[in-house]
Amino acid sequence: MSELSSLTLAAARDGLRKGEITATELTEACLSEIEGASALNAFVHNTPDLAREQAAAADARLKSGDAPDLCGIPLGIKDLFCTKGVASQAASRILEGFSPEYESTVTSKLWDQGAVMLGKLNMDEFAMGSSNETSVYGNAINPWRRDGDGADLTPGGSSGGSAAAVAADLCLAATGTDTGGSIRQPAAFTGIVGLKPTYGRCSRWGIVAFASSLDQAGPMTKTVQDAAIFLNAIAGHDAKDSTSADLAVPDFEAMLTGDIRGKKIGIPKEYHMEGMPAEIEALWAQGADMLRDAGAEIVEISLPHTKYALPTYYVIAPAEASSNLARYDGVRYGHRAKLAQGDGITEMYEKTRAEGFGHEVQRRVMVGTYVLSAGFYDAYYNRARKVRSLIKRDFETVFSDGIDAILTPATPSAAFGLGEMTEADPVQMYLNDVFTVTVNLAGLPAISVPAGRDSQGLPLGLQLIGKPWEEGDLLNQAQVLERAAGFDAKPARWWA
Amino acid sequence: MSIDIETAAKVAKLARIRVEDDALPALAAEFNTILGFIEQLSEVDVDDVEPMVSVTPMRLKRREDAVSDGDIQDKVLANAPDAREGFFAVPKVVE
Repeated sequence: MSELSSLTLAAARDGLRKGEITATELTEACLSEIEGASALNAFVHNTPDLAREQAAAADARLKSGDAPDLCGIPLGIKDLFCTKGVASQAASRILEGFSPEYESTVTSKLWDQGAVMLGKLNMDEFAMGSSNETSVYGNAINPWRRDGDGADLTPGGSSGGSAAAVAADLCLAATGTDTGGSIRQPAAFTGIVGLKPTYGRCSRWGIVAFASSLDQAGPMTKTVQDAAIFLNAIAGHDAKDSTSADLAVPDFEAMLTGDIRGKKIGIPKEYHMEGMPAEIEALWAQGADMLRDAGAEIVEISLPHTKYALPTYYVIAPAEASSNLARYDGVRYGHRAKLAQGDGITEMYEKTRAEGFGHEVQRRVMVGTYVLSAGFYDAYYNRARKVRSLIKRDFETVFSDGIDAILTPATPSAAFGLGEMTEADPVQMYLNDVFTVTVNLAGLPAISVPAGRDSQGLPLGLQLIGKPWEEGDLLNQAQVLERAAGFDAKPARWWA
Repeated sequence: MSIDIETAAKVAKLARIRVEDDALPALAAEFNTILGFIEQLSEVDVDDVEPMVSVTPMRLKRREDAVSDGDIQDKVLANAPDAREGFFAVPKVVE
């Protein structure tokens, strides 16, 4: 294995600055790992030429003494981000051949710092899915396998390619996006760190929109410190996204003091779900003990509307998606269906969208269309927006009662087998997001930290939920948890 | 609320997604599963609750109403499946 590609972002940064390694060496190491890992199907559009060019430029910049944190760091980019001149198709057939003429704000910030793009990463189509099985590129594969079992597992979704790539040391870190858990669930399934920042912390401009009131970009990294460094690079106000917050961005890395004494950590009683594996309950209790041992106070709290979060999400997200995805009509970009003699523009729309969208995307667009249609708007959409207000109020109440952060499991299970859920009805798949989706509805920051392994050797994650704009405190608590849990296992390299 | 085949066909039409007739029963069944799940929301007392408009309480920023970009016709058309003479081309819309 290449030791260079398995470096943390922090170690690579320090090594680059000291001149112990070069961006070119680091990039070559990652490119060769990617080449040997096609079995994971994590990278779907490789950009080795661009990577080498950016690495050479980074080396020159490092030599001149101008070295932002990410200068020379090789990254993977989720296919949802528009990258200029590089295929960006949200893992959908409908965006086949799309090559953006512009760069998303988040990726612009990365390249401005001198980061290196290795390529685009697999994901669920339009970020709709929890297993990366809805991708036009085929499944991404989890580098982790159950002990003594060769079955392929899901890396989770929607940021499944990002999670697989970071966990398998194909890159130092990756971008993800999170609408209902799409950063945190795959991070938990692959033993890495995934941070969803506060809604509005990072610009959504240039990221293919799924559900605009829920979508947020964030880092997927090997450590909590790396997540802090990455967030420093991508956070901040952007005039091109009217929902991005015009707030000062603190130095998140500098806030990692390791001191959480006196912090109040809430344990929501509603998150003890029926049928949850005992191992996850046990891990959750251990996590609480670790934080208590570090001087935090553990308090039981109540978030009474928790059980309504998933149904609320499955009204609001499809409603927004049906509106956002109306733009894929075969006129301006991407796929257009071949038309029969006499077909008019309506047939063009209908055939294009039937051919271009996969099954899950079609289903969600149609559910969204239904809940927004005349006669049902109040009963479904407006009601869901009201329940969303109540879900947010639950969090506001506990925070105003003095709670600093909330500890929960990240997922209700470890990674499951690919294809295992295909027979289940769609609602069973949606249950994967039961612990993560509340956070998007309330706009809060949350992080998934690898905290242990199940009896079959698979990674399990714990989630910490913070107050709005308090990612610094959240990361500090997460690092305390990370250190106490001491998760340092790596998957066996069966793919190489 | 149960979705019949006719409603499923209507929703597909509204969404501008072609669904073949033989796929409609399965689609209607899926809708019913999902809507059955969503139905739980009717239990919640939402009297006097405002529907959420923005998850973070902030005023939208105002800006000068001025052109900030332009002269990029080529870029706008670069990805079009069919562009001619500086326009998007589509099948005939008006008879």
